[in-house]
Amino acid sequence: MNFPVAAETARWLALPLGIIFGVLLHRGGVANYNVIVNQFRFKDFTVLKVMFTAIIVGGIGVLMLKSSGHAQYHIKPANMLGVVLGATLFGVGMVLYGYCPGTGVAAMATGSLHALVGFVGMLVGGVLYALSFAWVEAHIQSVAALGKVRLPDITGVPDWGWFVILAAIAGVVFWLIETRFKTPGNDHQT
Amino acid sequence: MTFMENMKESNGSTNSCGSTDHSEAKARWNPYLVGIGIGILSWIGFGVLDEPLGISTALSSASSVCALPVMGSEGVAHNAYWAKNPLKWNGGMLLLMGTFLGSLLSVLVSHTFKLEKVPTTWSGQFGGSTAKRFGAAFLGGVIIMFGARMAGGCTSGHGISGSLQLALSSWTFFLTMFASGIVTALILFRKPASPSK
Repeated sequence: MNFPVAAETARWLALPLGIIFGVLLHRGGVANYNVIVNQFRFKDFTVLKVMFTAIIVGGIGVLMLKSSGHAQYHIKPANMLGVVLGATLFGVGMVLYGYCPGTGVAAMATGSLHALVGFVGMLVGGVLYALSFAWVEAHIQSVAALGKVRLPDITGVPDWGWFVILAAIAGVVFWLIETRFKTPGNDHQT
Repeated sequence: MTFMENMKESNGSTNSCGSTDHSEAKARWNPYLVGIGIGILSWIGFGVLDEPLGISTALSSASSVCALPVMGSEGVAHNAYWAKNPLKWNGGMLLLMGTFLGSLLSVLVSHTFKLEKVPTTWSGQFGGSTAKRFGAAFLGGVIIMFGARMAGGCTSGHGISGSLQLALSSWTFFLTMFASGIVTALILFRKPASPSK
């Protein structure tokens, strides 16, 4: 079988994939307002542990799939002004809302009514962006548009080198978290 | 409801990490194993679906439904953004539905479903007012989605799927978002919360 398989067939696989994603978000503790907000207050490091581990494990696997011709990259363009402004707004919104879009959706299912209210807010935010899209495209996304650039392109450090660096950083950060910052969020192990 | 009872019992003077989180915390898995699980999901996303895990594109397409009553179907169809990202049953939308269903399944299996109006970290700082918390959640939702669309992705699309591809845009997003969130948390939670966690 050739991968990626035909889009039409594979598409439906997104449903079970999403279901597993939802289970993992809930069981990971990141569908919880307190866990997310306390990450930004350095009182709970669950979000960092989940994300950093996912990036390294996911990245090494996808790199191997890509090198063997079984996957292709989907790089989002580095429109630097748009990314920086958008990410700044995103950080403000994430602490106010207490969830990100994915964990907010997962949290609604756990009974979080304020996650539901924020979900309606996200739909309104989507409408507002669609209405301002033409202006944002013309005046913001065109500024410092570097294209679909990857870190290996601009640094000369190869892909595997980046994963060695990231794994080393993760090792040190995780060690510090587990030894120096014992918080309630760190106590539950399986 | 449970929250209000909790507040009455503790009268705002004892621990805040008590009963609200308790059962949910017990159902949790090791966060590193959960991270490995999400990493493996991304292999399937790239290798089989040819589509990275992401949430906010599908959500903003779904928002076109909200604009329908005001703008009409013509107006929505002519909007440049929705013309580019129309609402359809694509992989992103199925993933979004799945995320909700999966979390629901997990909550039901672990018996951790609990209605929550005001979370403890919030009430420790801003009190138990539902209106205040709902207002902040709504405003936060508006801002986060506008920001996600302007940046071109959210915590999943940029933060995980983009970062694992070593994309410059995604690492810029990840670091900027964290810095902005830390500053926001410093400002919002600057008063020492009465029941400190």
